[in-house]
Amino acid sequence: MSETATPWLLEVRHLRKSFPIRRGFSRRLVGEVRAVDDVSFTIREGETLGLVGESGCGKTTTARCILRAMTPTSGEMLFRAADGRIVDLSLLSRAELRPLRPQIQMIFQDPFGSLNPRMTIFDNVGEPLLVNGLRNRRARLERVAALLELTGLRAEYLHRFPHAFSGGQRQRIGIARALATEPRLVVADEPVSALDVSVQAQVLNLLLELQTRLSLTFLFVAHDLSVVKHISDRVAVMYVGQIVELATTEAIFRHPRHPYTAALMRAVPAPDPHTPSGDAALAGEVANPANPPPGCYFHPRCPFTTEVCRTERPFLRAIGAGHLVRCHRAEELALTGAC
Amino acid sequence: MTPPVLEVKDLRVHFLLDEGVVRAVDGVSFAVHPGQVVGIVGESGCGKTVTMKAILQIVEPPGRVVGGQILFRKDSAPPVDLTRLSPKGAAMRAIRGAEIALIPQEPMAAFSPVHTVGDQIIEALRLHERQWRPTGPRLSRHEAREMTVDLFRSVGISMPDQRVDAYSWQLSGGLRQRAMIAMALSCKPRLLIADEPTTAIDVTTQAQILNLLRDLQRRHGTAIVFITHDLGVIAQMARYVVVMYLGRVMEQGSVADIFHAPKHPYTRALLKSIPSLHVIPRTLLPTIAGSIPHPLGRPHGCPFHPRCPDAIPGVCTERVPALRPVGPQQLASCFLYHRDEAAER
Repeated sequence: MSETATPWLLEVRHLRKSFPIRRGFSRRLVGEVRAVDDVSFTIREGETLGLVGESGCGKTTTARCILRAMTPTSGEMLFRAADGRIVDLSLLSRAELRPLRPQIQMIFQDPFGSLNPRMTIFDNVGEPLLVNGLRNRRARLERVAALLELTGLRAEYLHRFPHAFSGGQRQRIGIARALATEPRLVVADEPVSALDVSVQAQVLNLLLELQTRLSLTFLFVAHDLSVVKHISDRVAVMYVGQIVELATTEAIFRHPRHPYTAALMRAVPAPDPHTPSGDAALAGEVANPANPPPGCYFHPRCPFTTEVCRTERPFLRAIGAGHLVRCHRAEELALTGAC
Repeated sequence: MTPPVLEVKDLRVHFLLDEGVVRAVDGVSFAVHPGQVVGIVGESGCGKTVTMKAILQIVEPPGRVVGGQILFRKDSAPPVDLTRLSPKGAAMRAIRGAEIALIPQEPMAAFSPVHTVGDQIIEALRLHERQWRPTGPRLSRHEAREMTVDLFRSVGISMPDQRVDAYSWQLSGGLRQRAMIAMALSCKPRLLIADEPTTAIDVTTQAQILNLLRDLQRRHGTAIVFITHDLGVIAQMARYVVVMYLGRVMEQGSVADIFHAPKHPYTRALLKSIPSLHVIPRTLLPTIAGSIPHPLGRPHGCPFHPRCPDAIPGVCTERVPALRPVGPQQLASCFLYHRDEAAER
């Protein structure tokens, strides 16, 4: 693969998002939750970057910042627009963002909450087209019908309402809506976690096929490692607002270099009674992002903690070609992956 | 072999709606032996949770148990058919919580937010005292509190004497589920029903909770019915597995048979369609065609036939297969294995 030759589509640099904690009658500031704490990564054109972590690790906040559903506290988000310009999404005003919005779209987690129940499928999927200037109803009908067929639904369903569809079908409708404006970057936030196993496989396959056909770029946010492994070219693992490891899917699953990544893989129960898993479960709980521990955020739960981990904060550094890790002891540890 | 603690025989739970009858559980049979972990696995709408509710007699109207038996056995006494007991009667209330305990899916919703978790466990201990301690003086509040602290310690809650006085919303997801397990175990139940106990929690915490349940099960020898949609969790927890689809048992057998020699086309397809950590990235997964039918639009004949790659025209479309042996300890309801006999209705 000519990975270095493909230009990047999105480059996130030192992204931070903190939420103030206010107490009392005067709402005085007593602290802050650092939900996203110095996150940097790039997404190349046509690739899928998986962003994985447990709840509260900041993966969804990162995704929302990129969509500018939230304004980041600091940092840059450079996006290569369709006309070749490079813009910093974090600096743009609402009006300046509007022409860019069709290029960055989102697939939501909940197929029940993300479609308007009072609108037909045609109106749900067609709304982004209408907003972006496709006023002609007949043209819109044709486009929506094509989108439905693209996502594996029959065009005669156009005038039905969302309640007539199953979870998997609704997720297909959500995907059709996200693709309506021909986006270049699609942010998918847990798109299959609300679906049943037999339907989950169908939607994952659909996303893989669509990516090849339409040369889409995905930021795929999920908590399920096996799903992330299945769909991603590269994977970033987050813990308490920071990326702790980033590498190609192959490298990270075969040779994880961060103890948290390795523990996350071991914790997934194997669907095979002869492969016992979970015996070396991580002790303790995820650190509080409002009051993170000194040194490495992971050190209270890490089985390899030494003195330096308790006092010094590790930086995200390269440990091999394109393999980044935030651990003082990454070189000496021999961790086992899941391959 | 010792007689089973729980025997569900041809259980039918129907929901009588204006639009029609939803047959949520439609002829389910399985048994749970003392000290055994039985896993019930299936996708949404398969009836696994309604089965659990029927066992505890907490099916909400318009749902009703319309047929079958749920035999619950205490020691050597003759079994009690739970479907015959009045859901609100004293006999059922003595069993519910004391003899059969539940670990629910969402511990946030299961605890009352206006009472401390300790108080809720103390209440259960004192309410069911005569079930778990038939003789002796009445349990004082103080004693019950001490027992609760011990229970908290045994499920791995740190600082148990302080956590007893916490409200459920002050605890993290993992701690809350541990407190729930402590509550379920408080009255030393004969049977524990765990309904998706780790679905709402993160994977590293899930590993801790599963280890805890496994350890407690080994120590106390409690029989567990473990309900989940996660095949990985089932493989790690259960010894015997019941696979359900649309209110019926498709296949049941030992965990090794179900995962390594599945007989029913549904079980096979389900196992193939899970993305695993052990497959090559970015390859298409084998899928099950179609989607789960609407509860009111149940297919005629075998419920799985419209999605089944091996459906036999004229057979599977017409008749409902019964659960029949396909191995020494394995049962499947499929005409591929007994085409000529065993049709239901």
